[in-house]
Amino acid sequence: MALSALERIDRRWIFLVVGLLVLVPLLWPIGLPVVPTTPVRQYHDAIAAIPDGSTVLMSCDYDPASTPELAPMTETSLRQLWDKRCKVVVTVLWNGGAAVVDQSIEKVADEYRARGVPLVDGVDYVNLGYKSGNEAVMVLMGQGIASAFPRDQRGRVTTQLPIMRTVTDYSSFPMLVNISAGYPGTKEWVQQVNSRFHLPMVSGCTAVSAPEFFPYLQSGQLRGLLGGMAGAAEYEVLRKERGAATSGMDAQSMAHLFIALCIVAGNVVHWTRRRAGASA
Amino acid sequence: MKREIPLFLTAVIGAIVLAGFFVPHPYVSVPADYLQRCAVIVVAFGYALGGANLVQVNLEGILRRHPDWPYKLVLLAGMGVTLVFGLFVDRAKFQDPGTVSLWIYDHVYVPMNSTMFALLALFIASAAFRAFRVRSAEAALLAVSALVVMIGRVPLGDAVMAGVFDHPGLPEWMRHLRLEPLQQWIMDWPQNAAKRAILIGAAMGVMATGLRVILGIERSYLGGSD
Repeated sequence: MALSALERIDRRWIFLVVGLLVLVPLLWPIGLPVVPTTPVRQYHDAIAAIPDGSTVLMSCDYDPASTPELAPMTETSLRQLWDKRCKVVVTVLWNGGAAVVDQSIEKVADEYRARGVPLVDGVDYVNLGYKSGNEAVMVLMGQGIASAFPRDQRGRVTTQLPIMRTVTDYSSFPMLVNISAGYPGTKEWVQQVNSRFHLPMVSGCTAVSAPEFFPYLQSGQLRGLLGGMAGAAEYEVLRKERGAATSGMDAQSMAHLFIALCIVAGNVVHWTRRRAGASA
Repeated sequence: MKREIPLFLTAVIGAIVLAGFFVPHPYVSVPADYLQRCAVIVVAFGYALGGANLVQVNLEGILRRHPDWPYKLVLLAGMGVTLVFGLFVDRAKFQDPGTVSLWIYDHVYVPMNSTMFALLALFIASAAFRAFRVRSAEAALLAVSALVVMIGRVPLGDAVMAGVFDHPGLPEWMRHLRLEPLQQWIMDWPQNAAKRAILIGAAMGVMATGLRVILGIERSYLGGSD
């Protein structure tokens, strides 16, 4: 009886349960403990090893769809870099992403300004904005960052910005921090830039694309990897921050558990029907 | 000549760019770099071509009163309004705070883009219940791995395991059973081995296809039947 009811369940009930399981922990957090894993520690340690005051390249290749997963790790990475007094040159290879990335940069920069650290756009950081061309842009940046991005997100001439005085090509950076939602992203940066220009890199990516990058992590082509919101939350724990990713982990935990239960319940119904069919 | 000239251009450009990867001499690297700069411009033209195609396809649908023509109308209206404000009103400052273009981006594009992606969670849950059927030993292995990784990746997994196994009555080795190391092992070894094989296989395929294109054997990108 219960099984036949389960079999005929309207999928809108499943939608409702998922909605509630995500919403309730966001409103009333459970505070589940988050323990950093090795790839996340490697990501944190790789950035910590960058010489203080360096100019770092950060490519944020995502759009609003992946913002809940990737904006928290973008912001925590910026905090770690700015705590080391690094200058940050940001690029975007996703056409819908430049403005959401800009909002993340300005949000963190405002935090520092509020604490009395005078971060100046164009001096301590710059958002070079979006450039179409995917892998071609990555290769073009190897010939010169300013020639690939003649103007920044605000329309200023790149070569006239103080931060760009010491930046020529990839050799100007000790590391590439890539935040990636798919194509173009980490895979293309590894293939076109890490292997060709030997620029060390770390990656933060969506959970769904993380398995693809584990071979690069194991081979040393990636120095560290943040996989999805879980990776971002572990990174926040390492940095002793309590940001959006840590808050979101309770909701994600509940959703994962419910989907696992759906798989089990669906199969219990399936096996029971098969057994009933076989015995009939 | 309609096919021979594109084939010739492809062969020459492909050979120069390929050689530029291995030969640093200016005779090779300078034209290779120039061609790569051209590639960025050609890709940018793709947007203009895509826009024209979008108008052509959807306008036809509206004029012929296809069943979903009102959606096509909304699409074209949205495109038109965004283009007009971006090109003629906000101009070069279209991404600056306070502009209409940024308002459209923040209040229309961002919520719609996020909503589409968020809906995935609902459909995945429904599909997990209705479609993820264990019908063979391989499917069972896949299902068990998926469950371990899915639950082991989130803090709740270990919290549940600790609740179940952290009991003084259980043997010592059982009290340390956790899903996180198991899911990490699955990701590090079986998953990595399979993924690496796929990556190497795909790379070999890309190399073979690239060579076939440069040598003029692969012609499907030109359109037509051969």
